[in-house]
Amino acid sequence: MASKGKVKGIIANLVIVETDEPVAQNEICMILHGEVKLMAEVIKIMGNLVYVQVFESTRGLKVGTSVDFTGKMLEVELGPGILSRNYDGLQNNLDSMEGIFLKRGNYTSPLDENKEWDYKPLVEPGVTVKAGDWLGEVKENQITHKIMVPFSFEGTYIVKTNVSKGRYKITDCIATLENGSDSLQNVTMVQKWPVKIPLKSYKHKPRPFKMLETGVRAIDTLNPITEGGTGFIPGPFGCGKTVLQHAISKQAEADIVVIAACGERANEVVEIFKEFPELEDPRTGNKLMERTTIIANTSNMPVAAREASVYTAMTLAEYYRNMGLKVLLLADSTSRWAQALREMSNRMEELPGQDAFPVDLPVIISNFYSRAGFVELHNGTTGSITFLGTVSPAGGNLKEPVTEGTQKIARCFYALSQQRADSKRYPAIDPIDSYSKYSEYEGVIRYLKENVSDLWLDMVSYTKDILKKGREAQEQINILGDDGVPVHHHILFWKSEVIDFVILQQDAFDPIDQMTPMERQKYMLGKVLNIVKMNFDFEKFEDVSSYFRTVINSLKQMNYSEFQSDQFHRYEDELESLIGEKKVA
Amino acid sequence: MEKIAFQKIYTKISKVTKATCSLIAENAGYEELAFVHKRLAQVVKIIDKEVTLQVFAGTEGIPTNAEVIFLGRPPSLRIGPDLEGRFLNAYGDPIDGGPELTGVETEIGGPSVNPVRREQPSQLISTGISGIDLNNTLVTGQKIPFFANPDQPYNQIMAMLALRTKADKIILGGMGLSNDDYLFFKNTFENAGALERIIAFINTTEDPPVERLMVPDMALAAAEYYATNFNQKVMVLLTDMTLYADVLSIVSNRMEQIPSKDSMPGSLYSDLAKIYEKAVQFPDGGSITIIAVTTLSGGDITHAIPDNTGYITEGQLFLRRDTDVGKVVIDPFRSLSRLKQLVIGKQTREDHPQVMNTAIRLFADAANAKTKQENGFDLTEYDDRTLKFALEYTEQLLAVDENLTINDMLDTGWNLFASHFSKSEVGIRENLLEKYWPNGKESELVNIATESNS
Repeated sequence: MASKGKVKGIIANLVIVETDEPVAQNEICMILHGEVKLMAEVIKIMGNLVYVQVFESTRGLKVGTSVDFTGKMLEVELGPGILSRNYDGLQNNLDSMEGIFLKRGNYTSPLDENKEWDYKPLVEPGVTVKAGDWLGEVKENQITHKIMVPFSFEGTYIVKTNVSKGRYKITDCIATLENGSDSLQNVTMVQKWPVKIPLKSYKHKPRPFKMLETGVRAIDTLNPITEGGTGFIPGPFGCGKTVLQHAISKQAEADIVVIAACGERANEVVEIFKEFPELEDPRTGNKLMERTTIIANTSNMPVAAREASVYTAMTLAEYYRNMGLKVLLLADSTSRWAQALREMSNRMEELPGQDAFPVDLPVIISNFYSRAGFVELHNGTTGSITFLGTVSPAGGNLKEPVTEGTQKIARCFYALSQQRADSKRYPAIDPIDSYSKYSEYEGVIRYLKENVSDLWLDMVSYTKDILKKGREAQEQINILGDDGVPVHHHILFWKSEVIDFVILQQDAFDPIDQMTPMERQKYMLGKVLNIVKMNFDFEKFEDVSSYFRTVINSLKQMNYSEFQSDQFHRYEDELESLIGEKKVA
Repeated sequence: MEKIAFQKIYTKISKVTKATCSLIAENAGYEELAFVHKRLAQVVKIIDKEVTLQVFAGTEGIPTNAEVIFLGRPPSLRIGPDLEGRFLNAYGDPIDGGPELTGVETEIGGPSVNPVRREQPSQLISTGISGIDLNNTLVTGQKIPFFANPDQPYNQIMAMLALRTKADKIILGGMGLSNDDYLFFKNTFENAGALERIIAFINTTEDPPVERLMVPDMALAAAEYYATNFNQKVMVLLTDMTLYADVLSIVSNRMEQIPSKDSMPGSLYSDLAKIYEKAVQFPDGGSITIIAVTTLSGGDITHAIPDNTGYITEGQLFLRRDTDVGKVVIDPFRSLSRLKQLVIGKQTREDHPQVMNTAIRLFADAANAKTKQENGFDLTEYDDRTLKFALEYTEQLLAVDENLTINDMLDTGWNLFASHFSKSEVGIRENLLEKYWPNGKESELVNIATESNS
């Protein structure tokens, strides 16, 4: 029997409940405030006093109000029908809520229980299975959605029955399983899982080796991320974190994209709501919304649900990964999540760590990032969760707890630079400070050599060298003056500017330039490096900049043109003749 | 003062601090209002039978036997058509000598809009100021602050902007406003003959500071009334949000909360977001646009208040006095309107995005040239041209005292490009160059450029 209690104290969304009955840490309870039930989560137990964080506003709540404990942790419902949905942080379906304003205690079902799905069994009776194994499949939008043995089943089971091909609702029993002594277990297409427990129904988690194309040159060319990789994007406001994340969510080579809009602007989520049903996935031609699920806890929605939202998103990602799919999970912004933790820690009067964040923040961040990865499933197929989180460091200063905590675990670091943003050099990813640890992975190196080019890695490291040298040359010019340095310095600086303008900078709003497939990236980098490797002869430093500006202009026009189109070749010819003029043998 | 027939009066206060007092009381609801010694207060903490009340006007002189009466409702405003043209205080009571409000008592600080019910902001707001319309175009349903040092004329610019935009309603939330500035707003709106479009909630420096915590919620509750019931375009002006946040830190300090950065409460981000996120475009055409002011200390945007604000709002308008032309300008580097992409080149002329970006890039080149100049280095011929361009650009387009249509701004931009640069130097898409480049100007210039090079 579920436990009951009474409200004893209220401080904002922290409520103290008195109960003599058993309760568990992270258990969910319902506060019966008049007509509405307010959902809350246990976060601390002190004798008969239980501290709960309420996922709603506590306005008007009174001492003495009854509380019902549910005996369960915060769970999500997993089954066909998650894709294309817009959920709040607790997986309530936002579209089925009534009215313009969110009503307190309005909880809506995440899945459609009346919809029928075309089920196709994958295993025969008599087969031995365990948690996460595929029993059958249905078509959800364009993907094959596997119906799995519930993750909560321990040990091995024998399939007794598995329904034949046909149309079923998610709550229909589709299979029965038996394990030794127990009676038959019914399996439906829907199951529940607590969000804070990682789903681990896979064989093992090898090192990632396959590059995940994002279409963003500053990432793919210079610091690639892998399938199953982790990365983070810190940057002050106004540096284009969200624009960059949206670009990645549109273009990345993923089967499923889960977006956790965590404590950010509502209008940014609206942009996704409105655009994704219209925009096409550049790889499959389907609408982007078909492969996307959005978890929206915008900054004005309750703080405690913000903390839950990233876990909800991660659990949905893990579910699809177990179907052998490539999942991309984006969280904007993980700092807001950390701030939610801080607000609660503060109300519970815990001893604070740096900047009043809870002391265990780095551990929490690290555990969360570790749920991403490339996995091999029991049946030998592979799946992955690639996770990219943004960080919003206070005052743009990277020496703060969330950035530092994330740096310890995330393998890719895309630092957005205020200086680049100020001069509108977007995406503002700093080419020198950013890194991808995956570039050093043997598997990744082999993959790039085989799939891009044998020379690719040398080209990339040469590019980075020129960028570095160009920056040094620029510093010298700034210190000594234009005519205080040899012309050679100017040439070096402008060569790095060519890389900057043509490779690093990319117009996220231009229909062609916004997405560059790897083949085109390779072509353009080759083109640019040819110029960089050439010897030029200039008499005066004044001529250097005006010459390179024209070179950059031709290259940029190429970027704006359809790859290998007539227009593209016209600008290419223009470029070749420009280079011919100045080339020194 | 309100009286409810069966209400219980308490007369035994057990604790009094600078901002709060506590007593043993039954049946109090969280965030409920009460009168303590005839001063308005709100429940901020309940532990068992002990209720802690935050007294808005301060606790000076409150005795332990003061009368405490609970009102049984959260803060509210009497909302109705008679709000129009009224000047009210932070509690929603008239300060203009007019009659009491008669509308429906409505809770303030209500729930937020379901994100899937929002419309994407899509209507351009034209202000006539190029620093805004050209470089940082505003859209209905947007929230954006001015970042300004206290000595800059932000209130004047805000009032001018609000009047020029032809909003159906202008709702002013004044927090810590000096009495002079309050009168400035009142006179400006009166002189513009716009009083019937105005509703103002005013907390001046003469009023108790904690009261100003209610001002944004009051203003936004009124805004929601007009935007949802009458589908009106409402513009909410909030000045000065820094003074609002200062009070948040005072209150949290007195509640003995652990401060985070710059002694601000750890919940500053959520507190500010709750206000700013009320900006919305409703599906039926009504909208709430929030223009706020966040004053800076010495231009420092890394302080917790502007920093958190910047993460919440859809950009910021950075005011700066330009010493070269002696005018207040909207800084093109540090200002940003995140929603401009929704309208520029779509509701404005196709060349808008490229003209905007090119001008700013050239202005950045000029800034580099200026640094060189200041460090005593020789300038190239290109540097000289960028500097000339920058001066004219600042005077004709960045200064806030201009009033132009967007097409005029774009034409001015092209003229400036053509009189200082060659086509290849501006790096604009060729089809736009062909269409908009002022004829005859380039050849002339390239000649000058080549001559001076040889």
